[in-house]
Order: sequence, then C-alpha cells, then structure tokens
Amino acid sequence: MEPLNLCDFCFSPLEAVYDYKAMSRGVSKEKIASGPLSMWRYRGLLPVDGDVVDIGTGLTPLVKADNLGSELGLDQLYIKNDCLNPTHSFKDRVVSVAITKAREFGFSTVACASTGNLAASVAAHAAKAHLKSYVFIPSDIEQGKMISTAIYNPTLVAVKGSYDDVNRLCSRLVEKYNWGFININLRPYYAEGSKTLAYEVAEQLGWRAPDCVVAPAASGLLFTRIWKGLEELSMLRLTGPVNTHMYLAQAAGSSPIVNAFEAGTLHVHPVKPDTIAKSIAIGNPADGYYALRVARESGGAACAVSDEEIIEGMKLLAQTEGIFAETAGGVVIGVLKKLAASGAIKKGDLTVAAITASGLKTQEAVADVVRPFVVQPTVESFEEVLGKNVQV
Amino acid sequence: MAKRRVMFTFPPDLIKEPIIYNLGLKFKVVPNIRRADVSENKGWVVLELEGEEHEIEKGIAWVVGKGVRVDPVVGDIMEG
Repeated sequence: MEPLNLCDFCFSPLEAVYDYKAMSRGVSKEKIASGPLSMWRYRGLLPVDGDVVDIGTGLTPLVKADNLGSELGLDQLYIKNDCLNPTHSFKDRVVSVAITKAREFGFSTVACASTGNLAASVAAHAAKAHLKSYVFIPSDIEQGKMISTAIYNPTLVAVKGSYDDVNRLCSRLVEKYNWGFININLRPYYAEGSKTLAYEVAEQLGWRAPDCVVAPAASGLLFTRIWKGLEELSMLRLTGPVNTHMYLAQAAGSSPIVNAFEAGTLHVHPVKPDTIAKSIAIGNPADGYYALRVARESGGAACAVSDEEIIEGMKLLAQTEGIFAETAGGVVIGVLKKLAASGAIKKGDLTVAAITASGLKTQEAVADVVRPFVVQPTVESFEEVLGKNVQV
Repeated sequence: MAKRRVMFTFPPDLIKEPIIYNLGLKFKVVPNIRRADVSENKGWVVLELEGEEHEIEKGIAWVVGKGVRVDPVVGDIMEG
C-alpha cells in the first residue's frame, strides 16, 4: 500500500479493496464483541497493519428516539450520536485510521485544511501519535473553533482568502512537501474509517442493517462508506442481505449532490456554498458521483433543507431527545422530517439518523434560544417576573 | 518542468469554445486530457498541465478569466 489517492492514468479516486475471503476467516461476531470498546473492535475490517492511534473513538450511543419519532410519526427511529467522540465529531473515525496509516508510511508530519471538526481531530490525533501537524484554517474562522484545535498545539495556519484559495494552496503544498495530507494522499485510508459508523449501527441493532439511513453529505464520503460498511457486513455473513434505503441530506445553500439527484444526472456541478451549515458546505464534492449512485441504487433519495429548517431541526432534536447537534445535525433532522411527512420513510421503517457532530462548536447558529427571565435574588421578584409561568 | 492536475468545469456558453487548444497555443503549457464528460449544456474535463510553473499559473489565470471554473482534481480539500 502507498500514500496515493488518484489513479495515475485517469486521475479517478482510489479506494481500499480487500480480499474478503481471507478477511472472513479472521472476523466473527464473537471476536468483534471481545475487542476494545472503541471503533478499533473492527480492526480486522480496516486497512491497517501496526499499532493504531486511538484516542477512544467510536462505539457511540445508538439511541432509540421515541420522543422525536412520535413528533415525526416514526415508530422505530434511532439516533447514532457521534457528538460523543473524543473531539466531538465523527471525524475522529476517519482521522484515527488516516493517522495510523501516516505513521505506518513513515510520515513525521500530517496536515489538513478545515473549518473546525477535522482540524481539531487531526491536531488531537497528531498529538497522541507524536507527529507534527499543520492545520490550515480560513482566517475568519470563529474563535471557539480555533481554540478547540489550538489546544493540541498544531502549527495553525490562518489563510487569508476564499475557500477556493485554500483548496488551491493545499493542492500545491501536497506536491511540494512530504506530508501526510489527511484528505489528499491519505484519503483512501481516511475514507475507510467512516465504515465503522455502519458497523456499530449494525452491531447495536443486533447484527442487522436498518431499513433506512439518513446521513449528511459534504464530500459524500461518509455517505458512501456507510453503505460500503453495511454491504461488507453482509458479504462477510455477519448480517443478512442489505435492503437499506440511503437518504442523503444537504443544506439548500450547498447542495450540489441534491441538485444532480433532482436533475437525474450523475454529473455533480460545483456550487458556491452559502449556508449556516459550514461543516458540510463543500461546493465541489470529491465523492459526489459515488454518493449519487448509492442514493439511487439503494432506492433512497437526496434532499435539501433551508437554513431556517436546519435551525428548527437542531432545536427539535435538542428539545425531544436532549442531543445538541451542530448545524449538520439540523440538516439531517430537517430532511428526516420531510421524508417522514412525504411518506418516503414509513412509520414502521427501522430508521437511523446519523448525527455527526456536537452543537457546542456552532452555538451561534441557535443563539436566539437564550431568553432568560432576569430576577432579583428574592422570592417576590421571582414570582413577580415569572408570574403565571411558575408551575407548582 | 512542473505538472498540475486540474479539473475544468465549463459553463454552457463556453462549451463550444476551443479553450484547451488555445491554452496550449497561448502559453508554453501542454494539456493532457485524462477524463471528460461534455454535453450540450455542461462539461467538465480532468487534465494534467505540464510546463514551467509560471506558464501554468498564467495559463490557469487566463482560463479562469474566460469564465471556466478551475479546481484541484481531488475536489474540495477544505472540510468541516
């Protein structure tokens, strides 16, 4: 294996492939169950050889969401809560594999470009692995996101310019420096980490694939790898046949994959993102074509929601299930609501909504929820201000 | 000599223009097409540009100036 992400001939993305026959001899439900309480219990299904870089990622809760299900008319709704990973997003899954491979390949430095979740995860894993890290961020990123990355002591580079400028800069740097660039030359391995979300869901459901999955899409990579993960489990006879309908969720202000789905084409035309869901605001998604194919071939769909619906979705999830998701979670809940209302997802369908990161990083999106009653420190003042709102 | 892997995305009004041919004529850049999909309304081409660094830069700036979107072939690198 090599740190390569594109075919030398056609420049198409490369993907890790496995000898499943050989793999099936070393993988069993019992072996997985006796493994560590982290994503690395599925090590036999991942492309790694040596010691892994693990900060305790994975095996996040799969919560039966009866309150939200009741609101939406769904009897078997589950939330896969990946907010509870060590750096509060699903990125820990992909970065854990990518940094493990970076170390195997002998890189002493890793790098990424990110607006928040990936940045923190790369910096944290690099710290754990004793690797140097360069993290490129837009110069106007929120202070909170800078802090949640800077605490791990990477070399933080704030780039003055548009997102396109940052993309171009990083594509040049990877040619010039011998770095493990997490989502460029390490991307085929990085991608595989996403499969563990699907493995966990299947195991937590008692080794079965759900009827429906709703997941957010930025590059489209997570979406395709959830599908790949479910297919692999079936191929290895750890679950039965996969009849899962895959539903892809994007913000209307950055929905190149949804646009292509609705247009009935496989060409994903790049867009200029304009949405509050910045963590999934990718205008030119690398895996858009493949994500489209999964949505179509699985009998699913691709849907988008407005910024207002995203905020509504964040509030609905928080106020029914006690889970504070970031804007991408609001996208998922907004799309789930639409799919349930339209009947695309039926009342009895076992449905899993993937909530990929914590709302603590995007608090400003829902800052309007803060409307406290201001009182003096006396019972009289309390009762005067709250009046009839007080319940005995 | 430097090499750069890029993706050109053409708007409908530029699909019939020989932009890649002219890129090779106007600048000391050799375009090498690897993948493409062009229809009546839209088109994209994945190619490698070979030449001196400053010639590639000037060539790309000219293509962008014509109204073509130029991206790294790996898609967006910046992630959430």
